[in-house]
Amino acid sequence: MRSITMVQKLGKVLTNTRRFSSANSISSKPINLFSAINQALDLALDTDPRSYIFGEDVRFGGVFRCTMGLADKYGKHRVFNTPLCEQGIVGFGIGLAAMGNRAIAEIQFADYIFPAFDQIVNEAAKFRYRSGNQFNCGGLTVRAPYGAVGHGGHYHSQSPEAFFCHVPGLKVVIPRGPKQAKGLLLSCIRDPNPIVFFEPKWLYRLAVEEVPEDDYMFPLSQAEVIREGSDITLVGWGAQLQVMEQACVDAAQEGISCELIDLRTLVPWDKETVEASVRKTGRLLVSHEAPITGGFGAEISASIVERCFLRLEAPIARVCGLDTPFPLVFEPFYMPTKNKILDAIKATVNY
Amino acid sequence: MASLLSRFRAAHHLIRRLSERRAVPLNLNQNPTSNLLPLSSSPVPATFNGVWNQNSHSMSTETQGGLQHPDICTDQVLDFPGGPVLLTSEMSFISESARQRTSCYRVLDDDGLPVTDKSFQEVGKELALNMYSNMVTLQIMDTIFYEAQRQGRISFYLTSIGEEAINIASAAALTIHDVIFPQYREPGILLWRGFTLQEFANQCFGNKDDYGKGRQMPIHYGSRSLNYFTVSSTIATQIPNAVGAAYSLKMDNKQACTVTYFGDGATSEGDFHGALNFAAVTEVPVLFICRNNGWAISTPTSEQFRSDGVVVKGPAYGIRSIRVDGNDALAVYHAVSVAREMAIKESRPILIEALTYRVSHHSTSDDSTKYRPVEEIEHWRTVRDPTSRFRKWLDRNGWWTDKEESELRSEVRKKVLHAIQAAERQEKPSVADLFTDTMPAFPPPANDIGDGDAASTPQILC
Repeated sequence: MRSITMVQKLGKVLTNTRRFSSANSISSKPINLFSAINQALDLALDTDPRSYIFGEDVRFGGVFRCTMGLADKYGKHRVFNTPLCEQGIVGFGIGLAAMGNRAIAEIQFADYIFPAFDQIVNEAAKFRYRSGNQFNCGGLTVRAPYGAVGHGGHYHSQSPEAFFCHVPGLKVVIPRGPKQAKGLLLSCIRDPNPIVFFEPKWLYRLAVEEVPEDDYMFPLSQAEVIREGSDITLVGWGAQLQVMEQACVDAAQEGISCELIDLRTLVPWDKETVEASVRKTGRLLVSHEAPITGGFGAEISASIVERCFLRLEAPIARVCGLDTPFPLVFEPFYMPTKNKILDAIKATVNY
Repeated sequence: MASLLSRFRAAHHLIRRLSERRAVPLNLNQNPTSNLLPLSSSPVPATFNGVWNQNSHSMSTETQGGLQHPDICTDQVLDFPGGPVLLTSEMSFISESARQRTSCYRVLDDDGLPVTDKSFQEVGKELALNMYSNMVTLQIMDTIFYEAQRQGRISFYLTSIGEEAINIASAAALTIHDVIFPQYREPGILLWRGFTLQEFANQCFGNKDDYGKGRQMPIHYGSRSLNYFTVSSTIATQIPNAVGAAYSLKMDNKQACTVTYFGDGATSEGDFHGALNFAAVTEVPVLFICRNNGWAISTPTSEQFRSDGVVVKGPAYGIRSIRVDGNDALAVYHAVSVAREMAIKESRPILIEALTYRVSHHSTSDDSTKYRPVEEIEHWRTVRDPTSRFRKWLDRNGWWTDKEESELRSEVRKKVLHAIQAAERQEKPSVADLFTDTMPAFPPPANDIGDGDAASTPQILC
């Protein structure tokens, strides 16, 4: 049994690494999100012989093709199918990680992660704390596709991130596109904490952008301002960023300047970046696909009210999924669409 | 109409066959007075108590041979994923229970007499005395710590009384390199591996020397140096963890296995079933040791499952399994030794169901006389006590005297009392430990990142 010494070693390497922006020297190609995930997993397996990928149907490439070609390249012992049992997958991953490995577990849909909830909440999240740091399963990363896909109904559409945000000891990360997905996933895999990494499945094939081919990472717990503005701050994550960006463009045509922030890491989240933006704009809108009640938007709202109550010019707006199970034919009504966001932007700015 | 008739005939035939099965004389218990173990309410009587099956004394590893089917149309084979399946024209349901309950491997009878002249894995004097003194130590520690809770000195306690043989004998059959994923009634493994009475006391008092930094209830021990993963209160969650850890041992070609312990109640949890299935499919060296002690708090095994205990669940997952008398230290030692060897050499999981009895209340928060007869508890506490049974065997070998017994008990008692007093005096952990060990930062802060070879190492982008 060994500790996660690899992480410490990697950390040392990083301290000797030049910090630079992506525009500098890396060659990149336009690829979609699942290919970016595939690249990240390939690099994770390549750079650490003690890393493993497992889950339902991952050996042939996974139902979303994220693990395509990896079993052929790294062998069936490092990329392997598991029985159809989510609590088994995560429970197995915790044990594997606790022995000093990087355990990259795939849950086929976030909708099916709940059998593993006990393992994630009671084992993974508390493993280090309860042992007084004698043991840890920091090498565990649980990947799961989440969110709407246009035809997924109740059980192929949910966004369960808020459940996991309520658990000290876990990190929750959601990328908005291919480039982010690769860099954030590599950070998650190499982070010494158990992490739940939700992938926006609607964007697996839909989102295409230039992605550096090299090994790179984005820092966790750092939000990114992806559009600067002065009238209102918009905060979101994952696939919802695309919808919010369109709303920003439409708002601009009506003379409203929106600042858009991708939270990227939901826990522990970057309060400072959001607070600084809200202090500048005086207004905040949070949007997510998950139902509004108890969603992570509520946490952001409460925190920002605590931090900059006197700077707020209007109540914080939340444009979220409805408090219903995710519906099939009613999906367009359920979703926090561009027009709902635009209406909320205008209502907030004109409050 | 013809089809209906043939179905009727088939059903009639089936009923006749099942009736015949029921009519087969059962291997009845030769010692009915000892048949007090509350297993499941299977219609088939128990046969393990006090019965030595001459035909099953050896640790047969040849039980995985080809499946036998009577009345098979041998010329008709269904080519099916997982292997060819023979076809039969006879409709026959598999019975919900075997003709007789799975036998229980035993070496010593209740009087400490070997029940066979066949050789079993000999335990020499030194090892035997070490095992015995650990069993006694565990019993005394449990008794005094239990009283300490009753006096309000610690908040909670839970004893292993009645299960000392499973604790100590299984530990003795393992090596320190075997990785333990315990439930919570197995402190004897830690004791065997060298965890001191002071270390036990420190954890129970949650003082600054508690490795868990006072964060968990008493009895939630863990020791990295002793390869004993920290206890969590959740039932069965450790079982799939042990499978994943075993996969790591397999990939690293270690000559070691993982060993996970759990009770009969845990076998109802999904984690148990998932773990056994994962272990069989991934072919990993893990021992699943079920302490079937008859009771999950107040729920008897008859309300826990209808199978013949736990051992029969192993083959359903493709796992070699054995039932052993958990109150017979020699039987446990021998079974675990052989199971360990098979697990490591053949890279396979093994299920061991150890039949025992929870002599204690579930914990200090429980009064088990509310739901089970005092006579039953007393019977197991006295007649079937694993420690005295082992002592009788030591006596027969001339390895132990009353004087040594008295000295051992007196010495352990003093040590336990001293450990409690010292742990009680020790300070509580620093309040800073409330916040540590939650989320180590990674990667290092941006201002720590200096110049380096950017081409060959991961880059941090902004």
